[in-house]
Amino acid sequence: MLNMVASLFFAIGQQTPDGFVPVTGAPAGEQIPAAPLVIGSYAFFLLIMVFYIWTIWRRIGKVEADMRSLERRQSGSK
Amino acid sequence: MMKKLFVPLALVTAAMFAYAPIAINRVPLESTMLLVQKIFYFHFATWMALTTVIAVCGAASLIYLFQGSKIADAYAVASAELVVVFGVFGLFSGSLWGRKAWGVWWQWDARVTMATMLVMVFLGYLMVRKYGGPGSEKLAAAMGIFGAATAPFVYKSVDWWRTIHPQTSVVRTLGEKFPAAWDLVLFCSTAFVLLAVLLLIARVRLEGMRNELDRMYLAAEDE
Repeated sequence: MLNMVASLFFAIGQQTPDGFVPVTGAPAGEQIPAAPLVIGSYAFFLLIMVFYIWTIWRRIGKVEADMRSLERRQSGSK
Repeated sequence: MMKKLFVPLALVTAAMFAYAPIAINRVPLESTMLLVQKIFYFHFATWMALTTVIAVCGAASLIYLFQGSKIADAYAVASAELVVVFGVFGLFSGSLWGRKAWGVWWQWDARVTMATMLVMVFLGYLMVRKYGGPGSEKLAAAMGIFGAATAPFVYKSVDWWRTIHPQTSVVRTLGEKFPAAWDLVLFCSTAFVLLAVLLLIARVRLEGMRNELDRMYLAAEDE
């Protein structure tokens, strides 16, 4: 009888802990994976740099085209 | 001089960026954050490049405001644009790191908030330049000076207001505690600063060409 009461007491104790209880090392399923974050960071850097260099190249091309067009207009009017 | 330096500098920088992921993969994991700490090597290096371009923007804005030098203005606008580019990456990589280290994508931490405000000041600089109309260069130069003056406060914010972001001592003590990481931080920072210099040269060239085009239009109107 005493054994039954004791085992019931411990079972209740295990099922409903009083407040938050710390654990050492979260289960694998509960952890945020780091690899996608690291790869994402480096991939984003590559993307942003390629995009920015493309915008500089495009803007230089546009100014060069404007210069050529102006030179053509000037030589045509002379 | 700049033209002669550009290609060798670009080759060295490309080689450094090609080697960086290999070196980052090889460096040992940090004891508490493990794999996600590897974001640090590009994250910190980005802020080094950003500090360089902020210093250029502040100095060039000062020269333009008091001496009216066109070339200084070209450097100021080019570097302000780079502050935004590197700033966006710095904030993004910090957010990814924070997701794992702090459990959240964003935190209104003193350093993170101040860094965001700093990037926004330079975004404001670019907007003033684009939509401000005649005379906006001088107003933007003042913004560039004050934006640059904010940078030391952003750096010291983690020491003055203790929140969640690591303190500046983390980097200062890295050499003795984790020499392999320190060497890699120096390597990546050098690569990023070189990249910033290259982008600055290309962007200043664009600004020079725009000035030349304006001069050509004015000359054509006079004829």
